[in-house]
Amino acid sequence: MMGVGLSMEARPSPVKYLLLRVLIYALVSIAVLWVLTPFAISIMYAFVDPKQYYSKSVIIPALYTLDHVRKLLALGAYSAIINSVIVAVLTIVFSFALGLPAGYAFARYTFRGKDSLKLLIISLRMFPIIVIAVPLVTLYIRIGLSDSPLGVALAHTAMALPFVVLITSSIFAGIPKDLEEAGLIFGLSRAGVFLRITMPLALPGLAAAAIFTFIMSWNEVFIASVLTLTNRTLPAFILTSAMAATDFIKFAASFIMVLPAMIFVFIARKYLITMWGITLR
Amino acid sequence: MVDVHLRGITKRFGRTVAVDGIDLDVNDGEFIVLLGPSGCGKTTTLRIIAGLEKPDRGRVFFGNKDVTYLPPRERYVSMVFQSYAVWPHMTVFDNIAFPLKIKGLPKDEIVCKVKWAAELLQIGDLLNRYPHQLSGGQRQRVAVARAIVVEPNVLLMDEPLSNLDALLRVRMRSELKKLQRKIKVTTIYVTHDQVEAMTMGDRIAVMNAGKIMQVGTPEEIYNKPQNIFVAGFVGTPQMNFFDATISISPKEVALDAGDFKISLEPRFTELLKGFEGKSVTVGIRPEHIHPSKYVALSEGRYSLVKGTVDFVEALGSDTIVHVNVGSRILVMKLSGSHHFKLGSDIEIALDLDKLHIFRKDSGKAII
Repeated sequence: MMGVGLSMEARPSPVKYLLLRVLIYALVSIAVLWVLTPFAISIMYAFVDPKQYYSKSVIIPALYTLDHVRKLLALGAYSAIINSVIVAVLTIVFSFALGLPAGYAFARYTFRGKDSLKLLIISLRMFPIIVIAVPLVTLYIRIGLSDSPLGVALAHTAMALPFVVLITSSIFAGIPKDLEEAGLIFGLSRAGVFLRITMPLALPGLAAAAIFTFIMSWNEVFIASVLTLTNRTLPAFILTSAMAATDFIKFAASFIMVLPAMIFVFIARKYLITMWGITLR
Repeated sequence: MVDVHLRGITKRFGRTVAVDGIDLDVNDGEFIVLLGPSGCGKTTTLRIIAGLEKPDRGRVFFGNKDVTYLPPRERYVSMVFQSYAVWPHMTVFDNIAFPLKIKGLPKDEIVCKVKWAAELLQIGDLLNRYPHQLSGGQRQRVAVARAIVVEPNVLLMDEPLSNLDALLRVRMRSELKKLQRKIKVTTIYVTHDQVEAMTMGDRIAVMNAGKIMQVGTPEEIYNKPQNIFVAGFVGTPQMNFFDATISISPKEVALDAGDFKISLEPRFTELLKGFEGKSVTVGIRPEHIHPSKYVALSEGRYSLVKGTVDFVEALGSDTIVHVNVGSRILVMKLSGSHHFKLGSDIEIALDLDKLHIFRKDSGKAII
């Protein structure tokens, strides 16, 4: 990236070039520190020995323990993580199952009311969650969905779906139609073209949409707190239990919160940038 | 390999009529070119033959079989797209092998056929590469290899050379033509480039505004245009057109263009009988106009016109001279390089054997 940026310049003099490099590195360092410092601190304190944490003379502690994380997991974080993963995965499955066909239709076909339909989909996000929370709970109790990961996943699907539709439609629109038509000519059916041509090409973009959906569901606390009581997802669990505990338990909670999301992003990330040498949004 | 017949094909997109009731017969093993300006419906016609579009009216036949409503994969056609449409997530080998894999051929046969197609197009050493590692010309060869490897009923090409640089385009032109002769596949080739059409086509179908204006061999299209559109579209520089009024006397037939008069031999009387006193459009190609001093006037097939040199384009191999005659410009093309002084007087000779005369109302050729 930087090389490209520099090559655009009209051959800067050596001093100018050096200054430019210093400036760029300084800016990058600031940006990295800005993001990483809170991370580092909370991860550090998640494993800190309690005595050193409270000691006034220690800034960077030397003694570490796994006790806080262990304690938190024993208190219910373990099952909360499981619940959160189930909810997030279900949310991805549901929102993709509903959103991909819609996104594809928006990208490939012209039909009456296409634009207003698109607007309608976004406008669903206008309603504050708080407004629909109580009706949602009463509805869930009536049909027996309350306090279940499935119920939370359905609510999260409703929240993520508009974005999944819009993101995937722009991904599919970015795939040249010729590639699909070549598939039709050389022996594939419409469904075959979608599975063997369109989907592999859309994978990077779909990974991005999956990351987005996962993180949205993983972080969502309000609906999860309202809809569950015993089967808490992780954010709901932390909100109701860990926040009443000591500081390093809170840090341990934040570590547990961040870790799975980070692992997921690391895995999905490599599909994000460019694949097959073409860039897709 | 089959013969292709279009019967009354019409296709609308909203209010615009892209293809307007065309009939076309393509013989088995023939290389036919659909030639026309952009938006004339030639690509839509090709896509209807491929099955990517369904016509609103009319039928498509492969041999005796009506394929109008068959999906593309049941027509056993191949297509080379303008963008090549080489799948970026497959290697060159997989791209070429894909149609064979779908057909369910045994593996060793697939390898054998892919090798054959790759050798034919000289991309045998690129089989393990991905498309993004190839140049435009190589990608184009992959697209052609993929199209011929299945031995299709009909090979369709949609401006396959338009994204190549000029030099490569000229080379691929002859290579594609040779390839087609070798494998003898019925080929329908769409282009807006008249040079491609003239050099590659066994026959050319010139299209305009959704209609076929003329079908014929390149020589017929060039020497005997059936209407003013074909006459004006094919040939560079464009044919000279001017309006003239016809008068017929027992001795001669005269075309009065206002600024000058052309007298034709009495043998034209029969042809122009119904047009006496009427205005027609006269056309003559730039290479059929000569400076009068270069031609043997005694032959009597020339009509002389006086003018002044307005502009000269020296192309090296050719010299194109714009001659100002009264209120109009006649363009003259001479081979080789010649010197003319701008503004100087010049007498030019129109070759009356090569004159075209069109009706003003319908644009149809009279001569």
